[in-house]
Order: sequence, then structure tokens, then C-alpha cells
Amino acid sequence: MDFGPSSPPPGAASTKIVVAGGFGVGKTTLVGAVSEIVPLRTEALVTNESSGVDDLAATPMKSTTTVAMDFGRITLGDDLVLYLFGTPGQRRFWFMWDDLVRGAIGAVVIVDTERLDEAFAAIDYFEAKGLPFIVAVNEFDGARRFPVEEVREALALPADTPVMTIDARDRGSAKAALIRVTEYALERITGMRTSVPQY
Amino acid sequence: MTPHHDDDEHVHTARIVRPYALTAGRTRASIDLPVEAIIEQQPRATEREWSEHDQVGQIVSACAGRTSVAEISAAVHLPLGVVRVLLGDLVEQGYLKVAATTLTDTSSTDVRQDLIERTLRGLRAI
Ligand SMILES: Nc1nc2c(ncn2[C@@H]2O[C@H](COP(=O)(O)OP(=O)(O)OP(=O)(O)O)[C@@H](O)[C@H]2O)c(=O)[nH]1
Ligand SMILES: [Mg+2]
Repeated sequence: MDFGPSSPPPGAASTKIVVAGGFGVGKTTLVGAVSEIVPLRTEALVTNESSGVDDLAATPMKSTTTVAMDFGRITLGDDLVLYLFGTPGQRRFWFMWDDLVRGAIGAVVIVDTERLDEAFAAIDYFEAKGLPFIVAVNEFDGARRFPVEEVREALALPADTPVMTIDARDRGSAKAALIRVTEYALERITGMRTSVPQY
Repeated sequence: MTPHHDDDEHVHTARIVRPYALTAGRTRASIDLPVEAIIEQQPRATEREWSEHDQVGQIVSACAGRTSVAEISAAVHLPLGVVRVLLGDLVEQGYLKVAATTLTDTSSTDVRQDLIERTLRGLRAI
């Protein structure tokens, strides 16, 4: 059977979850803990002028920098593959997130309680895009422990945004974060449906 | 101890590259290819020889199994944007095809819900 270039076989699907957060917060660790492959690295281009890649066509010699993105893969059956993309959380990488969040199920924002402010850019972005996200507090050894409600308050999160603590090194814990964000994405859809007036 | 990294880990400083020389300056792919899109070879791809010395040949080889756009980019060491343009050409030329559905901005709520439910069942089962 030939499905043509843009019509994939019925049923087969691939999808993604974004893992965001400040530097060194445990993004690659979480991806590696649940991925069936050692996290791979790919790069996106940034021009120094931040004018977008289109300018490169006119001046292909212009110096560019690249932003690295780690990703992992989880095969969830014969016909479904989930990709996990770890991406740095700074505002200047937003150009890359536009591409990354399109079609994503949701995002896990990893935070370190010592540096909560590094999560603001990612949270603002996902809120603005309407992408379902959860906040996962990575409990580093020796770090002070904060109740999740304090983290929620410090990050000014809506009451329904899930906040959980994780150990990014632990497969079960990383998996629990992925399940939570997927459940939340589903709740958001079914919630939307039940709030639609029925005729 | 809290690890502190600086930007250099992510932003490789001002490297002079000509990333779009391979695509004759084109920065937009002819088809919309999300990073998680799965690509596979069409029969036509095996009917000709592909050089392992040029990047288009390497891309086609990387699609011998079902492979995502991101994995292809990692395998051939080319930035995502460049790989997308080259993949778009190869799809239009009938050598490669998109082999799985992905969610898009226009996916219906039913499609979205179905995919999320399947993902949830899958994650719970692993
Ligand atoms: N003790 C402890 N160490 C952790 C935990 N998660 C990550 N680490 C360590 O913290 C360091 C940074 O983790 P990464 O996973 O590289 O963080 P990242 O967010 O990918 O970092 P960048 O990509 O550099 O921004 C590594 O040395 C990890 O081993 C954790 O839960 N507990
Ligand atoms: Mg990392």
C-alpha cells in the first residue's frame, strides 16, 4: 500500500514532551534516566543578531552560534514513539521553543529550589503558549527541602498546575513526572470538553 | 552541591559556519517536519546508489530504519534547520516519506486526546 509522502499509515504516531529548566538543573539526567537510548544531541542555529535564520540566506557567511538540545526516545508500542527534548530555559532560546512546543503533549519544568528564578522564563513561555506543564522539583542532595506548596507560591503557579518532587536520576521518578504531565494534558482536554455547553 | 554551568555549554561561541550552503541558501523546508516526525525510505531510495561522502546520501542512509528528524540530525551532525530542508526535498522527490502521524496546531481534539491517551497507557506499561 502506498500512503503517499504526507499521509502516514493509519495508527502509527510519534509525539514529544519537552523538558525545560535552568542550567544544570537535571534536564539531561531526567531524559537519560527514562530514555531507551543514551541521550543524543542535536543543534539549532542562532544568528548573533537574533534576527532569525532567514537572514542567513542573504548572508550565508554571517557568523552563527548553535544551541544544543539533548533528546531521548521511549518506544511505547509497535506504533507509538515518544521523544523527550531537553532544552535550556533562558528567554533568548525562545525562538527554538516555538518549534519544539508545536505538537508537544506538554512540558516538565525542572526546578532547583536554590535557583527558582531560573524557571520563570520557561513558565511564562508555556503559560503564554497554553502548553500544559508541570513543575518538577529536583531534590539535590544537601539542598534545603521546600514543601511543594511553597514552591507553587514562589513561582506564582495556578492552583491546578501540578507540582511534584523528583530525583531526576531515578527512572521511576522520571517516569512519574512524564505520566503526571501526560495525565494533566488529558485532564485539560477532557476538562475543556465537559465545560463546553451541551446541546 | 549545586552545579553551575555557564552558557558556553550550550552556545558554542561565534563559530563561522555556512550552514545553508548545502541547501543553496534555503532556510524553509518544503514540507512541515516537526522534530519528532518519523521518516522512512520509499522503495525508490534503494533503486539508486547514495554516496556516503555527501550529506544527502548520509541522510538517506540514516532513514534505513524508521528514524525521527531529530535522530537524523544527530546522526549526520547537521543542524536541525538544514536537515529539515534536505529531508523536505527528499520527500518531494519520492525517496523518503513521513511514516507516522504527529500532533499539529490543527489536530482535532479527538486526535489529540487519542494520542495522549495512548501515550499515557504506554508510559504506565513501561
Ligand atoms: N544529587 C543529585 N544530582 C543530580 C540530580 N539531577 C542531576 N544531578 C547532577 O547535576 C548535574 C547536572 O545535571 P544535568 O542533567 O546535566 O543538568 P542539565 O539541566 O541537563 O544541565 P545543562 O544541560 O548543562 O543545563 C549532573 O552532574 C547530574 O549528575 C539529582 O537529582 N540529585
Ligand atoms: Mg543538559
